[in-house]
Amino acid sequence: MTTLSDPHQDSFKLSQLIYDSRYRSMTIQAVALAAFVLALGWLVNNAVVNLAAAGKDFNFSFLSVRAGYDINQRLVEYSSDSDHLRAAYVGLLNTLLVAFMGCILATIVGVAAGVLRLSHNWITAKIMTVYVESFRNIPVLLWIIAFFAVLTESTPAPKAFRGAEPEATMWLNDAVAVTNRGTYIPAPVWGDGSWVVVVTFFLSLAAIVFFGRYAQKRFERTGLSLPTFRIKLAIFAVPAVLVFFVMGSPIGLEYPALKGFNFRGGFHVRNSLIALWLALSFYAGAFIAENVRAGILAVSKGQTEAAYALGLRPGKTMNLVVLPQALRVIIPPMISNYLNLTKNTSLAIAVGYMDLRATLGGITLNQTGRELEAMMMMMLIYLVISLCISSAMNVYNKSVMLKER
Amino acid sequence: MKKTVFLGALTVASFAAGLASAGTLEDVQARGKLNCGVTTGLTGFAAPDANGVWNGFDVAICRAVAAAVLGDGAAVEFTPTTGQTRFTALGSGEIDVLARNTTWTFSRDVDLKFEFAGVNLYDGQGFMVPKDLGVSSAKDLDGATVCIQTGTTTELNLADFFRANNISYEPVPIETNAEAQQQYLAGACDVYTTDASGLAATRATFENPGDHIVLPEIISKEPLGPLVRHGDNEWGDIVRWTLNTLIVAEELGVSSANVEELAKGTNNPEVNRMLGTEGNLGEQLGLSADWAKNIIMAVGNYGEVFERNIGETTPIGLARGLNAQWKDGGLLYAPPFR
Repeated sequence: MTTLSDPHQDSFKLSQLIYDSRYRSMTIQAVALAAFVLALGWLVNNAVVNLAAAGKDFNFSFLSVRAGYDINQRLVEYSSDSDHLRAAYVGLLNTLLVAFMGCILATIVGVAAGVLRLSHNWITAKIMTVYVESFRNIPVLLWIIAFFAVLTESTPAPKAFRGAEPEATMWLNDAVAVTNRGTYIPAPVWGDGSWVVVVTFFLSLAAIVFFGRYAQKRFERTGLSLPTFRIKLAIFAVPAVLVFFVMGSPIGLEYPALKGFNFRGGFHVRNSLIALWLALSFYAGAFIAENVRAGILAVSKGQTEAAYALGLRPGKTMNLVVLPQALRVIIPPMISNYLNLTKNTSLAIAVGYMDLRATLGGITLNQTGRELEAMMMMMLIYLVISLCISSAMNVYNKSVMLKER
Repeated sequence: MKKTVFLGALTVASFAAGLASAGTLEDVQARGKLNCGVTTGLTGFAAPDANGVWNGFDVAICRAVAAAVLGDGAAVEFTPTTGQTRFTALGSGEIDVLARNTTWTFSRDVDLKFEFAGVNLYDGQGFMVPKDLGVSSAKDLDGATVCIQTGTTTELNLADFFRANNISYEPVPIETNAEAQQQYLAGACDVYTTDASGLAATRATFENPGDHIVLPEIISKEPLGPLVRHGDNEWGDIVRWTLNTLIVAEELGVSSANVEELAKGTNNPEVNRMLGTEGNLGEQLGLSADWAKNIIMAVGNYGEVFERNIGETTPIGLARGLNAQWKDGGLLYAPPFR
């Protein structure tokens, strides 16, 4: 007689897709995926149909057409005869420039403000609170315009520097001119043999790194410390300066001078760049300050007390005990601050700074009427920039993360 | 399955919505309001007054179209647009007609898929400088800082002009006329360049207009006119013949003062055809018979619109010049109402 205790043959019923918890999650995922694909297909189809209805096609050939417009701030060669792709590239470099400068200044401002906000000095702490709260809670666009307005309205026009008794004078022995069109600073002129000086300088930088490692090893081996800062400073300056004079001062300076309508010569740092840079930096700096403060507070007080008990001074305690632990907390939100700052550079058009949004997404888009193409390119470029920053910061984050052994 | 059907229905519905916008006239009539794109504020052309009522030369076109279609010159919803946003606004259907001193160019007509209804102002690009700059010709502007409205033909003309004359300049791109004015007055740029009429309009709002001069060089042709989207010819016809009505009315001596009288019938057949007492021109456009009368009642004829907003009696003080009737040596020459 056959036994009745045979395992029950599973017969799959359709209703199990919903009522059987083994399959239900898969069902939900499949439905969600199908809905997503349908929605995406609908969007694409909608775009295709409407483009066809408007008689427009989708192609990128406009990028090789002559741009026909000029860009004031160019980091690479560009003229109105260049094509739209080149214009977009010029804009991209301007975006990267202000994002890079902004990230550095924001970090400096943010770390300083964050540490100072924890200061025991009441006034310092309160001033930093006012800074953080006012910058964090006012839209960055207003800050950009405010900085720009102050720079434009409070500084003299170039013509104020003219005449026997000018209303305005240049700073630092006629080297720097601050005008309402920007600041003009001396630019280096590279003479014969200047490469020797540059190479020497970079070798000194390498030497500083090597010396630092040597000093560290020596300290671990013998317990004796060297006056590293002074020695590093000497390595930094002395060889380069010596070689500079040995080669007969090959690097000169070109000073800005008032010629015609404007200052000529030197570097022209436009007010649009300065305003955008400062506003973005101080805005992001306020957020970074809070992250830094949170990071420091996250390190238990016992750590500091233990360090003091071992006889470490406050500076060393901060550098060797608190900060390394605080960094673990600070870095991840820092990534998103850098990303925000970079994305906020697209507000540049408010002050006429010719970034990617103003060239590719502004004038090019307008003159060629290629909204979809230009917008998609811009989105892709900002996405790539953001992903690059994010992955670079993640690598750094890995190096400071808590290492479990 | 039901979901797919639903999404399919949604897709069909959205296509239908997309295609429905082809009938702009029906849309406007159903809405009871005309959506008209104008500048963000340029005195004389389009600017709200103290009561928030839009006035100006371009605004009159909007009001004229609204009067023709809806019989009411006040049934207009004004959308301020910048040089950069105007084409997107028109192309996407946010506005029905764009009257924003926009230059008629080949690529805008052909590549951007717009339809220019005609020219309401023959203009050209000029330069304005402070008098104390001591410049008398645009060719002396080597190295000057120039404020331009970005997204316009002016920035292309400017690049070409300086390139052709082999002189350098520093462009300062600006979003709107108001910002440009502020930058120019603060001395952040030496020169402001835009259409000569725009310069006159901007200068009229200065505290001391006499301290600024417009240089003699006019470096481009700027035929400005209202435009609509490609593909809706009926709507394009309405806007085109609204503009023509303004011009022909001046030519035939029809004005807001006498249109009521003339609409009762005259011995001039063309006036009769235009004002709807003879023939069925209004019906052919899909409008009421008194459409042209409504236009003249709402804004007057071209000459009245010009004199009221930008003419010599206004602070802007433009002479008719090229914008006089062809009989008076100008370029205004509208096709006949027949």
